[in-house]
Amino acid sequence: MMAIISRGFSGRRSAAVVKLPPGQYLTTDFPVLSAGPTPNVPLDNWQLTIDDGTKVLRKWDWESFRGLPNETFTVDLHCVTRWSKLGATWEGVSLDTLLAEVNTDASYAFVHSYGDYTTNLPLKDLLNQKAWIAFRFDGGELALEHGGPARLLVPHLYLWKSAKWIRRITLTHEDKPGFWEGLGYHNYGDPWREQRYWGE
Amino acid sequence: MWHVGTVVALNDETETVRTVRLKVSNWRSHVAGQHVDVRVTASDGYSAVRSYSIASAPNSDGHLELTIERLPEGEVSPYLTQEVEVGDRLELRGPIGGWFVWRNYQTEPVQLIGGGSGIVPLMAMIRSRASAGSSAPFRLLYSVREPSAVLYRDELHTLSNRDYPVTVSYAYTRAIPQGWPRPPGHIDASLIANTTWPSNLAPICYVCGPTSFVETIAGLLTACGHGTDKIRAERFGPTGEPQ
Amino acid sequence: MSSDNDYLDGNAAAGELSSIFATDITAAEGQCANCGATKRFAEAHVYMQTPGVVARCAACEHVLLRVVNVRHRIFLDVRGMTFLSFDTSQDRRTVQAAS
Repeated sequence: MMAIISRGFSGRRSAAVVKLPPGQYLTTDFPVLSAGPTPNVPLDNWQLTIDDGTKVLRKWDWESFRGLPNETFTVDLHCVTRWSKLGATWEGVSLDTLLAEVNTDASYAFVHSYGDYTTNLPLKDLLNQKAWIAFRFDGGELALEHGGPARLLVPHLYLWKSAKWIRRITLTHEDKPGFWEGLGYHNYGDPWREQRYWGE
Repeated sequence: MWHVGTVVALNDETETVRTVRLKVSNWRSHVAGQHVDVRVTASDGYSAVRSYSIASAPNSDGHLELTIERLPEGEVSPYLTQEVEVGDRLELRGPIGGWFVWRNYQTEPVQLIGGGSGIVPLMAMIRSRASAGSSAPFRLLYSVREPSAVLYRDELHTLSNRDYPVTVSYAYTRAIPQGWPRPPGHIDASLIANTTWPSNLAPICYVCGPTSFVETIAGLLTACGHGTDKIRAERFGPTGEPQ
Repeated sequence: MSSDNDYLDGNAAAGELSSIFATDITAAEGQCANCGATKRFAEAHVYMQTPGVVARCAACEHVLLRVVNVRHRIFLDVRGMTFLSFDTSQDRRTVQAAS
């Protein structure tokens, strides 16, 4: 059945004055999407690991992670639930820095969060200044509900790829779908090609 | 799956709460406590779906009432409480739910505890009981911000002053009526002990409100000896992402 | 926003699931495949503000069920439950509408 148009309903959206990916609406706030309880990991227990599925390749605790060279960057975020947030300023460590001393011929990355969230993407999408582990947003500490203390940011893909509360990156030869990729959402998720769902 | 309902009446309950009365053709009669999903769609195809509890008693003529609180940051509730006019059509899915319901042949004691607009499905139960002529023992504990935010005040007053009354108690959280014996505050163990059915009567407890309210009340009830199998809850809060 | 209470319950997911199940799911009993707790689906902790709907065990937060509604297809994952049992008695009982 065709939807009935609701006279006078427009929704809480702003008119876009800039070009957005197809099917996206501009938002000025920062909606919180959570598929589970928000993990609260004390910084003393926080760890970030890069492994190859069997052995640990690199590992940082909070202190050593924060000792890495970091950068401030401004990016646009596109959520598959159709909101886009433009010009968000973050501070974080580039994945180029984190992967610099990792020797691998793997093609894929499988990302685990604290909690049970996972996502997958090609390893090359983490390289060449396209991805960061961010720990500050908009001049302040990254709030827990937005993925604090640290989250992945891969802004050129839909935001579900930017795993909040990141804990581990596993480098693999075979691609394996993550939490949403295994249930209808696109394996790659390029917003400009509107790759929302399987088969798009 | 989606039915079309026509708005037949609007009634402002308070400054921020409105009751929308709808007529739906081929509508299966609801059971008290159930809700519906409402879908609204903009002219460019953008649509949003929200759940609202049914406030009215079950009936067989396809009428239902939704009592909707306008949320300041809301996307759909401002539309439904400010824009919608009599004659407008809305899309509805439902009636939904078979656990948080009171069927009018139930006879055991019932304890209703509502927070804010969590009163709405509980009111449907009270109205269902009244329209069925049921004498099931009912008590309501209604937590509300301030006197001016009370929904259905006159009707609750009437139903609590007749044969087989519903016993109604209020907990004002921010401001109290003049001379009110209890200072403003949330429902606590002593209010539960003083105003609700004791657990040895094995009442079925229906709790509706925001998630934090429901968790608090469920904790107080189990601490008073109510079995978790006797507590039925419905939590409301933001559900909205565009579809 | 409280990070502890950002869930709703199984009632909130029931509309979406009504397009899949002919019998009401909120009164259905499901067993968590992780901790073994058996509870009504209405009691599940449900996360709605996500790309899909995620229902979790109220006892251990393990994922019980996920639904994703994409264009003209609905995906359902119920691996998190060992069973889901529906009470069909209420369907046959007629509720008397008084007016």
